[in-house]
Amino acid sequence: MEKIRITGLQKTFQSASQEIHALQEINLTIAEVEFVCLLGPSGCGKSTLLNAIAGFIEASAGEVVVDGRMVDAPGPDRGVVFQEYALFPWMTVSRNVAFGLEIKGLTRGDIEERVGALLHTLNLWEFRDRFPKDLSGGMKQRVAIARVLAIDSPIMLMDEPFGALDALTRRSLQDELLRIRREFCKTIVFVTHSIEEAIYLADRIVVMTYRPGTIKFEQQVALPHPRDPAGAEFNELKRTLGGLVMEEHDRHARDEIRGEG
Amino acid sequence: MFQVRVIVRGTAVPLLTLLLWEGICRAGLVSAIILPAPSAVVLRWVEWLLSGELLVDTLGSLTRVSLGFLLGAGLALPLGLFMGASPKVYEYFNPLVQVLRPIPPIAWIPMSILWFGLGNPPAIFLIAIGAFFPVLMNTIAGVRNVDGIYLRAARNLGAGNTVIFRRVILPAATPYIFAGMRIGIGTAFIVVIVSEMIAVNNGLGYRILEAREYMWSDKIIAGMITIGLLGLAIDIGMNAINNHLLRWHRGMDS
Ligand SMILES: Nc1ncnc2c1ncn2[C@@H]1O[C@H](COP(=O)(O)OP(=O)(O)O)[C@@H](O)[C@H]1O
Ligand SMILES: [Mg+2]
Repeated sequence: MEKIRITGLQKTFQSASQEIHALQEINLTIAEVEFVCLLGPSGCGKSTLLNAIAGFIEASAGEVVVDGRMVDAPGPDRGVVFQEYALFPWMTVSRNVAFGLEIKGLTRGDIEERVGALLHTLNLWEFRDRFPKDLSGGMKQRVAIARVLAIDSPIMLMDEPFGALDALTRRSLQDELLRIRREFCKTIVFVTHSIEEAIYLADRIVVMTYRPGTIKFEQQVALPHPRDPAGAEFNELKRTLGGLVMEEHDRHARDEIRGEG
Repeated sequence: MFQVRVIVRGTAVPLLTLLLWEGICRAGLVSAIILPAPSAVVLRWVEWLLSGELLVDTLGSLTRVSLGFLLGAGLALPLGLFMGASPKVYEYFNPLVQVLRPIPPIAWIPMSILWFGLGNPPAIFLIAIGAFFPVLMNTIAGVRNVDGIYLRAARNLGAGNTVIFRRVILPAATPYIFAGMRIGIGTAFIVVIVSEMIAVNNGLGYRILEAREYMWSDKIIAGMITIGLLGLAIDIGMNAINNHLLRWHRGMDS
């Protein structure tokens, strides 16, 4: 079943001195409950593509269709997890998770039950009355994930969600995400610049090019979970993708040296 | 141990100053009108307290500060929210605000007396002006500086404009707004003393000016110290409210 269809998507940013072709002619179809990683060096348009799916930015051309409807605004059917967490700092953990449910107009009892269950699932229960500033990065990202799970979006859009975490926390959150994905049957679009993270998580990896942002290569990953980053097939993939990402990275670096970065 | 040392250090200088001051006065080096002894100030303060007049004066000043502040901040807050949230409203009001803002509240005294006569109304008007601009400017800045990512997150979770304004923009702006209120109440407190010297016949500002007529310098100084302590108490109170309401913000870097 097709969940997201992107056709001929283009996004051009107008900066003072130049036009930046962040996305050009993107065509991508994502199936229901598929886990897709967008991979590429920084600046290649991954966030722009994700933001277009989320409805945060308007496309310069082309369209994003979700469940047969054209995306023209953000909405709770596409829950976003941001790299900067974006938790509301003035709300406690449980208020943050409850926010989307309160907007939906659920009764107090329903909200409490639902939030309680999610906080238990994500091991956040003891921290329910804390404010975000008193949480570690990993914990904040758990809250952000719980906040999106609360509104029950069939699609989760994640922009380098684990990019700022240390290696151990990162691995444990990756495992947790895979568990959540099985339990809640989500379609996930996950942005990363880590090749290993992409191979560890994805059903399909989409490698993007740098300026203009286009799709360079798509790679199905059929390895069974849990995947072993030390395994032979894993490393074979890593080498292949590594070469491709490096080419784009080098183009980026050349641009930066020329002062266009 | 550490605590004790801090307390000893903190009291040493004031205590020595008082002793020196008392000594100079006792030795008759200066006239009591120019500089009354601290002991005389204390006696005068106790007498003032016991007469009941001190309480009336303090309450009078506090009431004026409170009313003026509520009026000024109460008008500045909604205007600031609108100006911060809507570029159009901002364009309409900003030029006028920029012209009026640099006028010190004291400069409004003559007009305020012409408009309101003597008594409490001009005093409260002046205090309101003193509180208005700091709260206004900070509210505008607070709303304008709300991090866009919170707006995105809220929209994504299904929030409409009203919810976003009430539950995202307003709370996100509170640290700025509170900072503005603290400055505003500080200004209000300065203005209340000045306006009491001009327009009314009680209050701490009035009382120290009255004492000057009789050359009661001990009472003037007792009044000054009371004003200082009251200002300190207001600031401590504001700070406590601030720390409680903004406990989510304490120690945060943004
Ligand atoms: N609002 C914007 N205005 C101008 N240029 C932008 C804007 N957002 C992104 N860009 C540019 O578009 C390109 C893609 O950005 P982005 O999608 O953030 O890349 P990534 O997420 O892959 O690091 C970059 O070159 C960036 O400089
Ligand atoms: Mg990005």
